[in-house]
Amino acid sequence: MIRNLGILVGLFFTGVLLYSFLMGAYTYLTEEHVETAEHMFHEHPKSFSQPSDGVFGRFDKAQLQRGYGVYKEVCSACHSLEHVAFRDLQAIGYNEDEVKAIAASFQVPAVDPETGEATTRDGLPADKFPAVYPNDVAARAANNNAVPPDLSLMTKARHNGPAYVYSLLVGYQNPPKKLAEEFPDSMPGTGLHYNPYFPNLNLAMAPPITAEGQVSYADGTKATVDQMSKDVAAFLTWTAEPKMEKRKQTGLAVLAFLLIFTILAYLSYRNIWADKKH
Amino acid sequence: MSFPWASQYNPTHPAMKWIDERLPLPRLVYNAIGAGYPVPRNLNYFWNFGVLAGFALVVQIISGIILAMHYAPNALVAFDSTEHIMRDVNWGWMLRYMHANGASFFFIVIYIHIFRGLYFSSYKAPREMIWLLGMVIYLLAMATAFMGYVLPWGQMSFWGAKVITGLFSAIPLIGPTLQEWLLGGFAPDNAALNRFFSLHYLLPFVIAGVVILHVWALHIPGSSNPTGVEVKQESDTVPFHPYYTAKDGFGLGVYLVIFAAVMFFAPNFLGHADNYIAANPLSTPAHIVPEWYFWPFYAILRAFTFDFFFIEAKLLGVLAMFASILLLFFLPWLDRSPVRSGKYRPLFRPFFWVFVVVVLILGYCGGAPAEEPYVMISQLASAYYFAHFLIILPIISSIERPDPLPASITEAVLGKDGEEAPAAIDTTATTGDAAAQPAE
Repeated sequence: MIRNLGILVGLFFTGVLLYSFLMGAYTYLTEEHVETAEHMFHEHPKSFSQPSDGVFGRFDKAQLQRGYGVYKEVCSACHSLEHVAFRDLQAIGYNEDEVKAIAASFQVPAVDPETGEATTRDGLPADKFPAVYPNDVAARAANNNAVPPDLSLMTKARHNGPAYVYSLLVGYQNPPKKLAEEFPDSMPGTGLHYNPYFPNLNLAMAPPITAEGQVSYADGTKATVDQMSKDVAAFLTWTAEPKMEKRKQTGLAVLAFLLIFTILAYLSYRNIWADKKH
Repeated sequence: MSFPWASQYNPTHPAMKWIDERLPLPRLVYNAIGAGYPVPRNLNYFWNFGVLAGFALVVQIISGIILAMHYAPNALVAFDSTEHIMRDVNWGWMLRYMHANGASFFFIVIYIHIFRGLYFSSYKAPREMIWLLGMVIYLLAMATAFMGYVLPWGQMSFWGAKVITGLFSAIPLIGPTLQEWLLGGFAPDNAALNRFFSLHYLLPFVIAGVVILHVWALHIPGSSNPTGVEVKQESDTVPFHPYYTAKDGFGLGVYLVIFAAVMFFAPNFLGHADNYIAANPLSTPAHIVPEWYFWPFYAILRAFTFDFFFIEAKLLGVLAMFASILLLFFLPWLDRSPVRSGKYRPLFRPFFWVFVVVVLILGYCGGAPAEEPYVMISQLASAYYFAHFLIILPIISSIERPDPLPASITEAVLGKDGEEAPAAIDTTATTGDAAAQPAE
């Protein structure tokens, strides 16, 4: 009974699926294949490596500080960093006083203790980086109808994130001739900029890092466009996961322990089964 | 129930005797996973995965309880509270990665456990109830994992919740009302998030309860084994402790090494980048995909692209997706072959491996964007999925001529005259009728 019913159900679903397959295959073969601009021109991120990669990866604190400099002087004009607190910056090598000074250079929302009205005050180390715009409407109004995303988690929120950030920053270019010829609708409109590393090719953000020496590096590193892009990608790798170093160090210790445990468990298993063939 | 030769719990310490007379809990443990449970001696490493699944469930429950102490199930702050756990809670990052990857590993383990059952026909009499309870655990685990994925309130959480609850809207007449009732609104929002959190906390304990029933049902006939021949004599078995506690200990070590390697060095490999973007009802992700362990079923859902007479394609997809899981409940009655183990079923074996490949293909297509050629491939693969269980297996079981079975587990392990020759061989089991030995 169950088997007969089962065969009927099976024939039904198999039949419908094969029918759908034939219909789909017919459409696929007869319909003209439409090529999209994104499919033709979108590029995967360039290969990108940084000191924090790999099992033994460690953050390069000097690089993270340079990256913070790029964020502060370039990105922070439009992009917030809402999950990061100023006190977190101690982890990339700033001392307490430096952190206090950095915090004080930002204005954070506050309530006036006399009148109760909304006001601002200097940031404290315990504060998080403040929002750049009061709300999304303001952000859109200021940025050609695009909201600049928060950067705290950017390198985790994109596939192959650090490479994506780096590639996007150095990837601005003039749209290829072929794009204008074949996909005139996909050409950057007013206020948009062509970048093949951006999923739909055109984005509202103007090239942010354009000139050598745009950010002054205190440690003497040459501030080329490439270097600044790398440094800020490294900084955003840290903001996305400040505990990465601790994670990898813990992981090595845990693995070492588990390997010894497993070897001992294997030996006792062999020992216990020595008299039993199986 | 146990075999007559099972060793008996015999407490010597007065305290243990005292406990045993009042609440024989140590006796229960002794008979369940101690020396009092005789287990076939020939179990291979695939038999480790039951214990591993239990372990993975405990890891999820413990890490989950601690995470719930720091998480806030409110749509306004859920995403931020998850990041709070990652950044400011002591070892919070480790707990969250353990819990997120632990879910994936739980599914890896139960998928291997289920495929073990499929190859060795562990679902056949007298073990149907173990299989049915296992399927209940699997369904509960899928519901729990789905709701857990919604809790961080990232983009995939939100849109996954929207798509999956949207499946119910395909039901004729009551569908849209049912979806609103499930979500507590027109779209996933605070009401949905709160009830998902509540159920996500509840269901693992329901799973734990069904696991107890699953293990109880297992102890009635005892464990199956790779030959599929039932235990007949004492030499076929070894006591669970120390033999299988030692083997499971080693298996657990290997499992933990792999788990730790992924959790500490590639914790986001099995996740989706979009879930690190806070939920935004106004921005639809380019490709909405569930977690990887749902991909084969997601591929079946999306394989139905054409209306069939009066039935809408969407409804067909939903019916097929639920049918693809529910049909597993009927497996013990679909496969009537008297031989259990795939080792002795020459016709079944190739179809089984085709099925494994088909499920992997379905998984790949389910994770790929809904465009050609993936849709056509998933249509063919889904057709095979249904045909395998509902047409091929029943037919094979009536036309297949199985290979001869060993007379006993002892003979399979030691050969006909092994050095550990058993004292009393069951004289009814000769090689002649072993090939046709019924599974019932």
